[in-house]
Amino acid sequence: MNGFLKSYPHSLTTGGDPLIEKSNIGKEYPERTFEIEKCKIRELARAIGDKNKIFYDDDAAREDGFEGMAVPPTFFTLFAMAGGLEYVIKDLEINMAKLLHGGQEYEYFKPVKPGDVVKAKTIITDVIEKSGKAGTMDFVVMETTYINQNEEPVLRDKCTLVVRR
Amino acid sequence: MAQPKVLFNNIEVGYEIPPLVKNPITETQLVMYAGASGDFNPIHTVHAFGEKAGFGGVIGHGMLSMGFAGQFMTNWVGVTAVKKLAVQFRAVTKPKNVITVSGTVVKKYTEDGQNMVDCEFLAVNQDGDKIIMGTATAELS
Repeated sequence: MNGFLKSYPHSLTTGGDPLIEKSNIGKEYPERTFEIEKCKIRELARAIGDKNKIFYDDDAAREDGFEGMAVPPTFFTLFAMAGGLEYVIKDLEINMAKLLHGGQEYEYFKPVKPGDVVKAKTIITDVIEKSGKAGTMDFVVMETTYINQNEEPVLRDKCTLVVRR
Repeated sequence: MAQPKVLFNNIEVGYEIPPLVKNPITETQLVMYAGASGDFNPIHTVHAFGEKAGFGGVIGHGMLSMGFAGQFMTNWVGVTAVKKLAVQFRAVTKPKNVITVSGTVVKKYTEDGQNMVDCEFLAVNQDGDKIIMGTATAELS
């Protein structure tokens, strides 16, 4: 993690925010609902520069065995902010200027397709304090599980936030 | 592009996944990614903000780099084959950076009757700086 943190300017690190309490582990946030939308799939694929037709065209995706337009692996980042991150940032009173995205994991259980409606529930699974060359930081791990309209789990999102002091 | 079919029997530990070399990141691309992803942190789009933050300008979204990693994997095995994708963010990207993602198969196994491979990958810029380090798990035919 050091290379990443070193590249962030020291000028952003001011003050001494209170520690993030371990007691936040296990905290659950309210459920939210999202729809998988075609325009957003195309928009994300285009921004990434991924020209694979299955992310733009239903027919191309069907020819490849999909039920509808395919969804890129990082698509669920669209729901990250409204899908839990916003709650966590407010609830833990995290200063955005000190917040870094340390790591991101996606585990895929079942494909989603346009028109699917997913429900998301976020839980804080870990809070760790780490000290290194770049100083002491709090690591907050949040996990969000997405369930489709048939109550089947489709994806687990594990996001590690790094909060500099 | 058809969904590629990678055969489990043809892949051994140490196999080098075809690398993905992206076009240089542009400021316009960061604006597009902000709109697409909903991450409107001005550090990615407003030059003056990036300067004030000490980067000399805007920096790329971490999730854009992970998006490249996703493309790297789906180009190789297709979308539905990817069962897990995980990254650690190591350094920021900047406009004009040329990102290359490369990786290898590190484990090959059968689990619940499925043919699985674990992979490790790295995204670097044109100077060889590590942008992200990651792992992926894929189910092969």
